[in-house]
Amino acid sequence: MGTPAAQGSKTANQPPILELQHITKRFPGVVANDDVSLDFRPGEIHAILGENGAGKTTLMNIIYGLYHPDEGQVFMEGRPLNLEGPHAAIAHGIGMVHQHFMLIPVLTVAENIVLGSEPPGFRFDIRRAAAEVKKISEAYHLEIDPWAKVGDLTVGLQQRVEILKAFYRRARVLILDEPTAVLTPSEIEDLFQIMARLKADGIAIAFISHKLDEVMQVADRITIMRRGRVVRTLLPTETNPQELANLMVGREVVLQVKKSPYRPGPVLVDVQNLVVADEHNYPRVNGVSFQIRRGEILGLAGVDGNGQRELIEAIVGLRPVRSGKVLFAGRDITGLSPRQVSRAGISYIPQDRQGDGLVLNFTVAENLILKDYNGPQIARRGRIDFRRVRERAQRLVGQYGVAPPNPSLLAGNLSGGNQQKVILAREMGLAPEFLIAAQPTRGLDVGAIEYIHKRLLELRDQGKAILLFSLELEEILSLSDEIAVIYKGQIMDIVPGDKATREGLGLLMLGARKSA
Amino acid sequence: MSGLLAIFGNMQLWASTLSLSVPLVLPALGGTFSERTGVVNIAMEGIMLIGAFFAVFFSSLTMNPWVGLLGAVVAGGIMAVIFAWAAIRLRSDQVIIGMAVNIFASGLTAYLLNTIFGFGGTPVNTPMLPHLNWPWLGRIPVLGPLLNDQSILVYITLLLVVAGHFFLFHTRLGLRMRAVGENPEAADTAGINVYRIRYLGVLISGFLSALAGAYLSIGVLNSFEVDMTNGRGYIALAAMIFGRWTPFGSFGAALLFGFASALSMPLQSSVAAKNLVQMLPYVVTILALIGVGGKSVAPAADGVPYEAEK
Amino acid sequence: MQNENFQDVTPLERHGFLRALLRAVSTPLVAVILGILLGSVIIEVSGYNAIAAYVSLFQGAFGSGYSIANTLANAVPLILAGLGVAVGFRAGLFNIGAEGQYWMGAIAAVWVGYAVNLPWYLHIPLALAAAAVAGALWGGIVPGLAKAYAGAHEVITTMMMSYVAIFFSHYLLENGPMMEPGYVPQSPVIRSSAFLPVLVKGTQLSAGIFVALAAVAVVYWVLYYTTWGFEIRALGLNRRAARYGGMPVQRNIVLALAVSGLLAGLAGAAQMMGVQHRLYDSFSSGYGYTAIVVALLAKNDPIGVVFSALLFAALGTGAQYMQIGANVPGRMTDVITGLIVFFVAAERMVELASRWLAKRRQQRRSQAGRPGVGPAQGRGAELESKGAGV
Repeated sequence: MGTPAAQGSKTANQPPILELQHITKRFPGVVANDDVSLDFRPGEIHAILGENGAGKTTLMNIIYGLYHPDEGQVFMEGRPLNLEGPHAAIAHGIGMVHQHFMLIPVLTVAENIVLGSEPPGFRFDIRRAAAEVKKISEAYHLEIDPWAKVGDLTVGLQQRVEILKAFYRRARVLILDEPTAVLTPSEIEDLFQIMARLKADGIAIAFISHKLDEVMQVADRITIMRRGRVVRTLLPTETNPQELANLMVGREVVLQVKKSPYRPGPVLVDVQNLVVADEHNYPRVNGVSFQIRRGEILGLAGVDGNGQRELIEAIVGLRPVRSGKVLFAGRDITGLSPRQVSRAGISYIPQDRQGDGLVLNFTVAENLILKDYNGPQIARRGRIDFRRVRERAQRLVGQYGVAPPNPSLLAGNLSGGNQQKVILAREMGLAPEFLIAAQPTRGLDVGAIEYIHKRLLELRDQGKAILLFSLELEEILSLSDEIAVIYKGQIMDIVPGDKATREGLGLLMLGARKSA
Repeated sequence: MSGLLAIFGNMQLWASTLSLSVPLVLPALGGTFSERTGVVNIAMEGIMLIGAFFAVFFSSLTMNPWVGLLGAVVAGGIMAVIFAWAAIRLRSDQVIIGMAVNIFASGLTAYLLNTIFGFGGTPVNTPMLPHLNWPWLGRIPVLGPLLNDQSILVYITLLLVVAGHFFLFHTRLGLRMRAVGENPEAADTAGINVYRIRYLGVLISGFLSALAGAYLSIGVLNSFEVDMTNGRGYIALAAMIFGRWTPFGSFGAALLFGFASALSMPLQSSVAAKNLVQMLPYVVTILALIGVGGKSVAPAADGVPYEAEK
Repeated sequence: MQNENFQDVTPLERHGFLRALLRAVSTPLVAVILGILLGSVIIEVSGYNAIAAYVSLFQGAFGSGYSIANTLANAVPLILAGLGVAVGFRAGLFNIGAEGQYWMGAIAAVWVGYAVNLPWYLHIPLALAAAAVAGALWGGIVPGLAKAYAGAHEVITTMMMSYVAIFFSHYLLENGPMMEPGYVPQSPVIRSSAFLPVLVKGTQLSAGIFVALAAVAVVYWVLYYTTWGFEIRALGLNRRAARYGGMPVQRNIVLALAVSGLLAGLAGAAQMMGVQHRLYDSFSSGYGYTAIVVALLAKNDPIGVVFSALLFAALGTGAQYMQIGANVPGRMTDVITGLIVFFVAAERMVELASRWLAKRRQQRRSQAGRPGVGPAQGRGAELESKGAGV
């Protein structure tokens, strides 16, 4: 790739600005970081590559003073640092852009940037704050309106606010935690340009990612972490994506999903001109139409917040439909309640598995009956038959490989992957004709992702219809038979999965209609 | 009809609206600060009671109402700090801890009333805070009868509302308080001590509630009665919600509830069923809450405990 | 309102029933002990003898068969109203207006009690039913609908409704429609056909205790064995998941508050029909507020409610005796009650204390000349203390 960032580092021989030595951090039941030693040099992009749960974010939070290491020491320019909190890290020139933005939507850009390091004085001098933000943003070529409300900005611009926050505090080390996860392809290119400029300015950048191609593209050095340990540090020139993947996961990984040929059946789901509003009565879905056939996975691609959630929630009955229709097997299901939708044969894996999909303080067995606890299989005249609940739980836990295989554990005590398996087991157990999967693999490790992909494809091969909403373009591309791109609540285009390209979808995701 | 007209045309009604609003305005303003930093403070009811009791206690002990006021604020502050410690540091359920404080305060003040003053109640010669009377103010139409000859705490309250607005929206500390209530994690990563800010918010609400309690016991009366706050702490919370967590909004809403109380006073004599009329402020509170419904948006992290260090 | 203690509950199979029971009651037990200890400090500071106070408190509550019966009698409204609050909590709703629902139940029961003439086997059920309906309406209609459809917080609305109920009772009794002819603001005595029979002669213990225990059994069964109970528990633990699971969330909010009010209304009826037999003009029964504490201490478990109601009933009965026997004002028990609630809610205090102790220990150790290994040990000790299940 032609970005400046990819051109070899000339500063690799400089002494490190930030050094970690033998960092160990334990949480109840896990060792998140196990004897980790690393360094970061000025003018260098050092990528930390690892799966979800490999301990990357914990490590960065230690550098930023949010966690305290149980053992080991952080050094800045050779001096040991006592990081008793983020304010200490900030004072030493460490800045961090968190995966989940640390922004306050109701405040302005200027207020967000200066927060905690405001211009001195008892009064808050908002004009001076805005002027200083303007100056910084010009100095770093990161244009932004200081007076805009952060909640009104696009995700890309919000990230820019986060970066400016670090430089307002004179950061010399910048930690970017999964910065590309929420961006469109072109926003990612922008970010890489910015990183290249910062590198030229002598900033040390820690780039946290689990995406191989991005790391290969921008990193000067790559450190791979697995299960809290550093596996190896190497240069991009001496490795390849396959090797990185294997190191990351600890075994041979198949980078491509195996998929049987697309054999579309009759149309099962027919969404016609759907209009849906959000909680504040603001229309988020503006006349969406698409069809899904039996034996088909329709991928829904788009930048987060373009109406995907509202669209899906309207289909499953969690949100009122303003106008338009949803036909399912020829039947009008618009405006049915969630229970009626579920009984009609539609299952739904929600994107927020802990918030919507599970009751964490219920046992696994109870979570498995969350949707049909009053159905004929479980209940008799308002009474729950616990023998049947246990039987079902035992069967599903075994069938879906939930670990530990104990249905009387609380769902909250399971790992993210196993929680998702519980949801999957419940939703598949309802024998749906149509499955809606919203970000079904978000935050899971490679093993769990593979498992869920396999199950989705099985369902498709059985002739069921699937609507897959994901923010991971790779996931959409590898699973979908057809891809619908949504932008500002409208479908820009629907393209066949085998003809779609990253770049083409990226343009559509930014609202370029039918240009792909 | 003419009876009603006489009631509404009576300046006395508006003056007593103002005077009856004070013990709602102060805790509503306090609740605004507490909830803006993310702590739901139901304990204001109990802190008011504590304030009311200790105001009388110190006032009668020293025969100086100002010492009484100071004693009320200190006692209320202590109560607020204990509440804050449990709510912030121990991450206890804020509503339950608030209930605990309310039950404790109700019991303690009644217990101390009996223990210290016996069954005759507080001394009749307890000095009360002065009412201010300026002849020049009295001569101004409308404003005169409204503002003149009120307790000094009424004027202090009006000043505090304005100061509260300035503090919350135009100072660095105010900005930080609002940030902590919206997203404590973001504030923490910006180097702000979330706990300290929350303590400050709760402490302000404690001081203001104690002032309100002192107003009840040595501002308009010179005695303490068991459970004399009568749910004003809860009504103040409703006023704060109705006022959208802003000082001026809370002030306006508290005036509305104060008006309902003031209205019930003349109605009590002109309408037979005074007990039904006395329900008015409570009914208005419920109606206001129903009316404002989901439209009033609380600070995003309101009521959510924050764990800083892991 | 979710109880985080359940987060790390280990399955019964691994640790045995006794251990699990111990864990379940450890926080309430510690809270009660701390409350009593701190209460004694306050008693001593204010110039009384704490031991004498507690001795007379205990004697008043359990000193004789007579006092035990009265303590049981006192527990009846607390069990019922506490159960009501617990059902609300289970649904994630904080009904602090049990006091008002108690009053409405009492008013309804008394009115049916004196205004209707029926044989006892019809009169008693009718009066109970009227109270149940009145309480249910008071909890369900205004606070329930306001919560479900307008998002008005139930903490404020139920509390406001309490005041409305109390003023309503004043209205009825002070020269109002329910006042007995004469000068005393009180209602007529209910007909004897609506009396709940007294179980122990000369005490207040009536058949109301059976009503209370039956209610406990029913609530237990409904919560854990029926689909509606499943819905209520899901609603309380995760409202969004309940909605996602297809449950009628709005309806259940209204119903849960109604059932909560229903039980508090029954408490009023049991007290009227079993003990007072008429309505007196008063500002508070006290039962409605103590009911909140009963539910909290019981961690909203229906069986636990019985025991925690007994504790607070004993405090209540003993308080009168303490006032006479040790001259300590009876409202002291409210102080203790407040402290107990505080310590129940502040359960992390123990965790914090043990963490602090571990830190101290580790500091002392590292001062003894073993630097470097310290932090890990401190952390380990803290984990152990967490595992000990506070």
